[in-house]
Amino acid sequence: MSIALSSGATPARERPPLGTTGPVGWLRANLFGSWWSTALTLALGYVVVRFLWGFIDWALIRAVWTVPMGPHGPDATICRQMKGAGACWAVIGDKWRFILFGQYPYNEQWRPGICVALFIALYAASANRAFWRRELLYLWLGTLAVIFALMWGGFGPLQFVPDDQWGGLPITLILATFGLVAAFPLAILVALGRRSKELPVVRILCVVYVELIRGVPLISLLFMASVLFPLFMPEGLNPDKLLRAQVAIILFAGAYLAEVVRAGLQALPKGQSEAAEALGLSYWRKTRLIILPQALRLVIPPLVNTFIGFFKDTSLVLIIGIYDLLTAGKVALADPAWTGFAAEVYLVLAAIYFMFCFAMSRYSHGLELRLAAARGR
Amino acid sequence: MNIRLPALAMTGLVACAFGAPEAMADGSGSATLDAVKARGQLVCGVAGQVPGFSLPDSQGVMRGLDADGCRAVAAAVFGDMNKVKYVNLTTQNRFTALQSGEVDVLIRSTTWTLGREANLGAEFAGVNYYDGTGFLVKTATGVKSAKELDGATICVQPGTSTELAIADYFRRNNLKFTPILIENLAEIQTAFLSGRCDVYSTDSSGLATFRATQPTKEDFVLLPEIISKEPLGYMVRKGDDKWFDIVRWTYFAQLTAEEEDVSSKNVDEQMSSTNPDIRRLLGVEGDMGKALGLDNKWAYNIVKQVGNFGEMWDRDIAVLGVPRGINNLWTKGGIQYAPPIR
Repeated sequence: MSIALSSGATPARERPPLGTTGPVGWLRANLFGSWWSTALTLALGYVVVRFLWGFIDWALIRAVWTVPMGPHGPDATICRQMKGAGACWAVIGDKWRFILFGQYPYNEQWRPGICVALFIALYAASANRAFWRRELLYLWLGTLAVIFALMWGGFGPLQFVPDDQWGGLPITLILATFGLVAAFPLAILVALGRRSKELPVVRILCVVYVELIRGVPLISLLFMASVLFPLFMPEGLNPDKLLRAQVAIILFAGAYLAEVVRAGLQALPKGQSEAAEALGLSYWRKTRLIILPQALRLVIPPLVNTFIGFFKDTSLVLIIGIYDLLTAGKVALADPAWTGFAAEVYLVLAAIYFMFCFAMSRYSHGLELRLAAARGR
Repeated sequence: MNIRLPALAMTGLVACAFGAPEAMADGSGSATLDAVKARGQLVCGVAGQVPGFSLPDSQGVMRGLDADGCRAVAAAVFGDMNKVKYVNLTTQNRFTALQSGEVDVLIRSTTWTLGREANLGAEFAGVNYYDGTGFLVKTATGVKSAKELDGATICVQPGTSTELAIADYFRRNNLKFTPILIENLAEIQTAFLSGRCDVYSTDSSGLATFRATQPTKEDFVLLPEIISKEPLGYMVRKGDDKWFDIVRWTYFAQLTAEEEDVSSKNVDEQMSSTNPDIRRLLGVEGDMGKALGLDNKWAYNIVKQVGNFGEMWDRDIAVLGVPRGINNLWTKGGIQYAPPIR
């Protein structure tokens, strides 16, 4: 029978039964597969719609966008009369420049604004693999020099702004960028040192460093940097508070990243190292050309995980009185004119943090896919 | 870490070697004043997040009674109230910042106590705000006095002097209460508003501010009892008496100006006043400024630029809805009192 059929022209490909493909089929398979699944879908759908509707109602429909000015600044009476039924976005309208730039002189805030744009451009350029050349290093150095020149000023028409007046988003970006850029090479060295067999002293030092730093919370390191350290310095000779916090963050991030890198080194088959040695490569050439490229590729997900964690951990500098993005938001809320509108400010802060962290996360995902494709070739 | 310890020991030695001569090699007899003048700026430690005392406004400019106190000292020293650098300090690092010389003066709503003055190497130069623990209740409860609070639940921040003061007060009066400890300020206020506790207790300045920002402030009443003394003020390092004098008399000059009705608006006319107290204050007569190591127009500059104490109060504290109370001048029923300038 089958032979008889196949003797003719190829039969038209049979269409799948109606409702098993396309969006309807997907819905049926995944959301309405059984009565239990259907019930769950409906219940959750109801909750999600209710929540979303409630949020839209609060955030958009009943929201208050502006308030009139009173004799002592903005008068939030309209917002308070809403009794929480609608968001009061006027607080953002009044405070957004303080939240983004902290106590940086008001008329000069275009400078940190440009710096934030430069930082983002720098991240974007570094993310593009076409730019992964030596010139990228110069680009980084040049851009960072421009950023600091702009932030500090003190030449030409630019008024000098000491770094204890910096605040908001630039502080967060500076602490996170420098923290990770400086901690990463440190971490690689420490990870290599910790695996060293020929240099026991180096190994012990690296182990002590990692264990000591990992054994204390970041908060206590920041405290030591800000409270204990100045007591040992001669009067009037204090390294800058921002620098002290930055060094503490670098040391802390270095210890954590070192362990991530070490995991990558350990996951690499021993044969790679032996083969490189058989080729007569020196230790540093072997490490640079054979070991690290493979080891780092293995640990991209945990590395990015640590990066994202540290980006958010920079907000801990609030305990030593540096106004990063989160702290600037909190200080803005301390204004009696705006007490009680924390949700609005925190939502905006969360959105800003989310943009940066999500970008990192998506980028690392793309990087993994591309590198995996390269390996499969 | 491992590299740091010897480095710290080294810096300690350097500190010992340089510390002593530094204090002697000067012109004015005050190491702090010389350092401030050489720097061209007063470094002032503030909280940076307490409304009414020091809080940046929407444009990032520091506002408040403490912040204006810093401006007054700068006006006295430089004749320019804007030569101030504010350092935001937390309750944890404020004393270290003063001890280590990171700030020249600490004006950070800090309570004057024996323990702090005896143990911390610092001393208080003046009290710009006499605060104290108070109680806020809802008007609907009908409570008129703290003595009626037997069995009440009280919202209070843990680890504060308020917590201690309440416990003492209730024990002394044989009353019972249930504390509800909440660390976060916004949460504690929400808890009080939602009725989780009958009473909200903290410094009375904070209670008055909270009450003033409610939509209907008549719904809340501040009980008359103030159960603890919290004099907040100016703090400087011990061992530099001339600097101490400058900070203290800056504050006294503002009080004296208010007492004599000399304000930023009329100070230029008052220069030709015949009242000897005013003439000495404004440097028309005598060498009061020189005696402090300052310009004779020191007080004129303070009043002209920052204003007298009452002006600071109206600008920074009165707008929060806090009554002047005992912070009024002694001539008006308060306890703010300045010794004579002569």
